[in-house]
Amino acid sequence: MRRDQVHQTLYDAIVIGSGAGGGMSAYILATAGLKVLMLEAGRAYDPVTETPMFNLPKDAPLRGAGTPDKPFGYYDATVDGGWSVPGEPYSQGSDDPDREFRWWRARMLGGRTNHWGRISLRMGEYDFKPYSRDGLGFDWPISYADLAPYYDKTELLIGVYGSNEGLENTPDSPPGVLMPPPKARGYERLTQQACRDLGIPVIPAHLAILSEKQDHESIPPRLFPGNELAQRVTRDSMRSRSACFWATDCGRGCSIKANFQSTTVLIPPALATGNLDIVTDAMVREITLDAQGRANGVLYIDKVSGQERAAKARVVVVAASAAESARIFLNSKSALFPNGLANDSGLVGKYLMDTVGAGVGGQIPALESLPPHNEDGASAMHMYIPWWKYQEQLRGELDFARGYHIELYGGRRMPTSGTFRGLERFTEGAFGKNFKDACRRFYGSFLWYEGRGEMIPNDDCYAEIDSSTVDRWGIPVLKFHWKWGDHEINQAAHMHKTIAEIFEAMGGRVTSPVHSDGAKAIAKGGQIIHEVGGLIMGSDQKRSVLNEYCQSWAVPNVFVTDGAPFVSNADKNPTLTIMALAWRTSEYIVEQLKQRDL
Amino acid sequence: MSDPKWQLNRRDTLKLIASTAAVAPTLEAMAQARARSATDPDLLHPTVPWRLVLTSDELTVLAALSDVIIPADERSPSAATLGCHHFIDEYVSAPYPANQDALALLRSGLAWLSDATNTRFEQPFIALSAQERNVLCEEIKWIQTASKENLIGAEFFALVRNLVSAAFWTTLEGMADLGYVGNRPSVNFDGPDAELLAQIGVKSL
Repeated sequence: MRRDQVHQTLYDAIVIGSGAGGGMSAYILATAGLKVLMLEAGRAYDPVTETPMFNLPKDAPLRGAGTPDKPFGYYDATVDGGWSVPGEPYSQGSDDPDREFRWWRARMLGGRTNHWGRISLRMGEYDFKPYSRDGLGFDWPISYADLAPYYDKTELLIGVYGSNEGLENTPDSPPGVLMPPPKARGYERLTQQACRDLGIPVIPAHLAILSEKQDHESIPPRLFPGNELAQRVTRDSMRSRSACFWATDCGRGCSIKANFQSTTVLIPPALATGNLDIVTDAMVREITLDAQGRANGVLYIDKVSGQERAAKARVVVVAASAAESARIFLNSKSALFPNGLANDSGLVGKYLMDTVGAGVGGQIPALESLPPHNEDGASAMHMYIPWWKYQEQLRGELDFARGYHIELYGGRRMPTSGTFRGLERFTEGAFGKNFKDACRRFYGSFLWYEGRGEMIPNDDCYAEIDSSTVDRWGIPVLKFHWKWGDHEINQAAHMHKTIAEIFEAMGGRVTSPVHSDGAKAIAKGGQIIHEVGGLIMGSDQKRSVLNEYCQSWAVPNVFVTDGAPFVSNADKNPTLTIMALAWRTSEYIVEQLKQRDL
Repeated sequence: MSDPKWQLNRRDTLKLIASTAAVAPTLEAMAQARARSATDPDLLHPTVPWRLVLTSDELTVLAALSDVIIPADERSPSAATLGCHHFIDEYVSAPYPANQDALALLRSGLAWLSDATNTRFEQPFIALSAQERNVLCEEIKWIQTASKENLIGAEFFALVRNLVSAAFWTTLEGMADLGYVGNRPSVNFDGPDAELLAQIGVKSL
C-alpha cells in the first residue's frame, strides 16, 4: 500500500490506534468486508521476529533492569513508550505529588497489548450498575447481559485460561469457553491454604494465555456464522498460534503467539482480509467535519516527513487510549464545536479513572532452601484472590464502597538484577561465604502481593488541553488533574492490612511498610496503567459523551472503542472489557453502515 | 537435491514476486528496516551503548572486593572470576541519573577505602591479607551497624554488594548454583510434586 493511495481513498472506517480497542475494531470491521484504514502513532512492530524469548538478563545492558528509556526493563516489549515519551510532554494541574497523574504510552503497533499483564477478568452484574447498588458514581447504560455474549466471543478468540467458580459478581464463562488453568505453584498452594482459615478465596486466575492449542476448526464458525472471510482468516490465524510452552516472560511479547497481543491475534487476520491498510508513525491531530457537522476523516502528522496529511472515511473509530482519545476530541475544534468535538456537554476529558494499587512484600520461611524445581509456568500468576466481601460492603461494614482483587507474585523466577537487593536486612549485612549461602537459602522465599481495586469516578480527575504547551508535532498537549477519593484511600489501607495478614498466616514476615493511612499506601494516579474514562457513555445525552453503542451523541459517525467510554473502573482489569465492548460497537457500526444509517 | 519441478525460471520468479506483492502485507515486512534509539534498541542483539569510565586501578580494587563479597566455594566460582567487577563499571557508567549517583558514591567509597587501608594498615586494599580485608569489611558490612565515621564506607559496600550480587546470580554459573531450572520449553507445566508440597507444609485436601 503506497501512502499516496491512502490519501486518495474514501475508507468505510478510519480506526485511530492499534491496541486492544483499535485492533479489535479493525478486525471486526475488516472481516465484515469494510475498507478500513488504521492509523498508529508509533512504529510497525512484529512480535514473531522481534521478541527476545529465551534471552538472558546477563546479555542485556544493566542485566536487563529498567531505565528511563525502557522503564519495565530492556527486554520488555514496549518500545518508544513509558511514563515519558521524548517530545511528547504532558503537564500536571497541581504541584502536589499526591495529585500527580502518570501517563503511560506505548508508541508502537499493538500499543500496550504487547507488554500487558494478560489478566482477563469479566466485569460482573454489580459492576455495570454500581450507582444502583450503593449510590456512588454512575450506572453503565448496558448491563452484564448485554456484554456477556461479547465476553464469550472475545475469550474464545483470544484464548483465556481460568476456571468457573460460581462466586458472587465474578462471572462464570459458558462451558467450553475458557481453557484449563495451569497447576498452582507451591507458594500459591501455600497461600490458598493460609487463606482458607482467613475466609479468603484463592482461585485460578484468568489470563489471556493459551494453555492448549485453540480448536481452529470449531471456533471460527461459532464466532462468525455465515461469514466465510472472517472464518478463513481467523482459522489461519488460530492455526498459526502455539500453546504456551511454560517458559519466558509474557511481558517481552510472545513469538509463538501463545498469549494475546493485538499484533499476533487481531491485526494479522485483519490484514489477511485485504481490507485493512495500516499507516504507522501517523500521529492523529484532529477529526475533521463536513458542512453538515458529520465527521469526514482525520488530520494526522506523518512523523517520518513531519507533514500534515488528511485521510477520509465514512466513520471514524477512536481508540488511541482513553486520555489520548479525549485529547483528539478536545483538539478537534470547529465552528460547530469551539470547545472540542462533541464537547457541548463539557464532559470530554472528565471522569478519568485508574485502578487503586497498593502492594506488600513478604518473606516466607517455609519457602527457604527448597530443592530445585521449575516455577516459570505461564510467567504471570496461576492463582489470584477475587474480591470476597460484597456482603460486608452491602451491609456498610467497610469504610470503602467497592472491591479489589489481589495478584500474587513470587517464586523461583529467573534471577534478575534485583533478586537479592536489600538482602542485608535479613542477613545483617553478610558478605563472603555467609552471603552466598544466604542467597541460596532465601531464593524463592520472597513474595509480593498487589491489591487492585475499583476507583469511583470523581469531579477532580480529568484531563484538559494545556493551552501553553504543544508536543514536537505542534499538537496541544494534555494537562491532568487528579485526586483520589476517600473510598480509594481507605481501600488501599485495607489492601495493606489484608496482605500482611495473609503473609503472617503463612508463617512469614512482612518486608515492606504496612500503612494504616491509605494515602501512604496508594499508587499514584495512572501508575497501574488502567487509564479509562474521559469520554463516558450513558443513556442521557446531557450527562454523557457517548450512547450505549459508544457512539457520539453529537456526531453520530464517530465511535470510541478504547477504555474512554468506561463509566466506572471495576477491579477487573479493563482490557477484556475494552475488547468485548469494541466488538459490540464494531458490530453495530457494520449493521448501521449496511442499513445506510451512517 | 533439487527437484526440477521446484526450479523456477526467471519469468516464473517474477510472476511469483508480483503475486506475492499483491497479497496483504505482513507485520514482518512492515516492521523491517528502521533506525535504532535508546527507547527502541535491538532486543535480540543487545549492546552497551555507553563508554565505560572506571580506570584499571579502580577495577583492580573492585575485583578484589567482589571476591570478598562472593568468594569461590564448592558450588561456584568467585565473582571476579566471572567478571562481575566489570558489571560495576557498566552500571556506574550508564547515563541515567540513578547510575550517575552511583558513580559518585562509588568514587567517594573508593577514596574512603584507600584512606582507611592506608591509615590502618599502611597499604592499599589489594595488598591486604584475606583476614585484613575481612576485618575491614566487617566494619562496613551494614549501614545499620556501621559507625558514623564509616558510614560512607558502609553505603559504598552496600552498593558494591548489590551490584556484584546482581551480576553474579544472573550468570549461568550463578543461576545453576541457585537451582534455577526454568527458561526451557515444555509441553506441560507439572507444578510442585507431593514431596515438595509436604516440605513447604501444604496439607493434602
